[in-house]
Amino acid sequence: MLLLAVVVFNFILLSLVPGDIADTLAGESGGASQEVMDDIRRTYGLDRPFHIQLATYVGKVIQGDLGTSYYFNMPVTELILGRIAPTLLLVVTALVLAILIGTLFGVIASRRPNGLFSHFVTVLALVGFAAPVFWTAFLLIVLFVAMLEIMPLSGLVDPTTPRGTLTWYLDVLHHLFLPVLSLSSIYLASYSRLARASMMDVLGSDYIRTARAKGLGETAVTYKHALRNAVIPVITIAGLQFSHIFSGAVVVETVFTWPGLGTLAFESILRGDTPTIMGILFFSAMIVIVVNLLTDVTYRIVDPRIRSARNA
Amino acid sequence: MTEQRTTAPEGALETVRVERPVVEFLRMYVRNWAAVAGFIVFSAIVFAALFAPVILAVDPFEMVWMPFTPPGQDGYFLGTDNLGRDMFTAIVYGARATLVVGGSAAALTIVIGLTIGSLAGYYRGWVDEVLMRITEFFQVLPPLLLAMVLVALFEPTLPTVAIAIGVVTWTGVARLARAEFMRIRELEFVKAARSIGSRDRRIIWRVILPNALPPLIVNAALTVGIAILFEAALSFLGLSDPNVMSWGKIIGDNRDYLLDAPWTVTIPGVAIFLTVLAVSLIGDGLNDAFNPRLRER
Repeated sequence: MLLLAVVVFNFILLSLVPGDIADTLAGESGGASQEVMDDIRRTYGLDRPFHIQLATYVGKVIQGDLGTSYYFNMPVTELILGRIAPTLLLVVTALVLAILIGTLFGVIASRRPNGLFSHFVTVLALVGFAAPVFWTAFLLIVLFVAMLEIMPLSGLVDPTTPRGTLTWYLDVLHHLFLPVLSLSSIYLASYSRLARASMMDVLGSDYIRTARAKGLGETAVTYKHALRNAVIPVITIAGLQFSHIFSGAVVVETVFTWPGLGTLAFESILRGDTPTIMGILFFSAMIVIVVNLLTDVTYRIVDPRIRSARNA
Repeated sequence: MTEQRTTAPEGALETVRVERPVVEFLRMYVRNWAAVAGFIVFSAIVFAALFAPVILAVDPFEMVWMPFTPPGQDGYFLGTDNLGRDMFTAIVYGARATLVVGGSAAALTIVIGLTIGSLAGYYRGWVDEVLMRITEFFQVLPPLLLAMVLVALFEPTLPTVAIAIGVVTWTGVARLARAEFMRIRELEFVKAARSIGSRDRRIIWRVILPNALPPLIVNAALTVGIAILFEAALSFLGLSDPNVMSWGKIIGDNRDYLLDAPWTVTIPGVAIFLTVLAVSLIGDGLNDAFNPRLRER
């Protein structure tokens, strides 16, 4: 239902664009006669009434056909599927890293609420929020590429490396490092603050007092009992923010010329490649919905109470 | 004078009650030195933006000296960029675009979010259902991507950029407002207002809204910060008015020369960073001042 709304919205939005495929193609070939323009419009079905165009588009999308890219002259679905892996690699790695390290930072900070590390988390959260992601990325490039010279500047992999070998995978990891660091820095900062707050909440609750009263050590209490509950708000926010992380990936990808959906989206916007833009909006909405479902599943794994409440 | 104020102590008590929250609020705010620092930095930036043509009566797009003059050399405090434009002038003028777009986009975000959130939270039922579906719809689309598409579709002018940012960022405000309205509408004094026959409009604006304001004001500071970051990202990507100098645009123009002239990219970034930092410190200060008990967090 939500996806259908996205499809209709995309179509209406992009039909508002002044100029169409005929203008684009005619512009590229240096002008065309009215006859040729009409012919192109007929080929792409642009001469038919608006509601028929919309219905045709929706029908095609349901069958997995997102149209043909004006620029690449190939099916949009194919184009997107070819670019989706690098984006997912970047986004998922950054997200997982941010959740793990953020939670760890939050837990360490919560053990000494007024300690040095706790203040560090406060500062980190402020800095992480305020730093624009492309600026962080450029600072990391200056540090790691220009000064230390230990990281590659851009791209997914060194094109001379033979594909599929172990060196190839290692080279991808090497190229992945800076984009992931830039992207996760924002979320790592806010998650560590969040994890600290929820950890401190949980540590004051009755069942933690019970666990301590049983004579459990502080490490067991923190990591076996408290962590489970403290991590739930972090997962909630991470799930809710997924579309934002995706947005951040667009910027990070363009900085590092990472060959993913973000770069494709940006370039398609500049080229006026309407079907591709529509396709990417549709795909990203779909990914966000899937992630929201996964978040629900994760709750059940982390918190047994939700599991039994839903089964009852 | 009315009869209720005949006795002196009662009248005195009333005057104290009127003044105290403001004074108390200011005292709590000033106690947070970081919030004060944030306020000072932000005021300085606003001042620079307001009086840019007075302080520096030059065109920020004018080529004044050799390209890529490092900061401090030949009398150019922050150096020059790829086209030999003075970085300091560009930064001062860039503050205008940032604040105008950031401010109006944030205002729009709050207006949309507050309207949708308050109606959904107050009326519940099918109104809530419909409005929350719309909110979900906007939450599913990646905000920056949608803003990029919107700016590209229409003319890349400052109003378009501000509207695009407003359209993609209001969902958080709507959810917060909805939660506050749902909580407050069940409280005694709202029931009292309803029992004396107040209309819905009066209850929403005059009874509930004032009580829902503290979290919304704190959130407004965050909203401004987010709007500034969006503006920076859009102008960095070249999806903003090409004839208006802005911090993101300076970075976008010079990104190819990052390794040879790093200051052209890092300095405008510092400006964005400091502005957003100042705004969020102000937000923290407001939060502390509104909820003195939460200070320990």
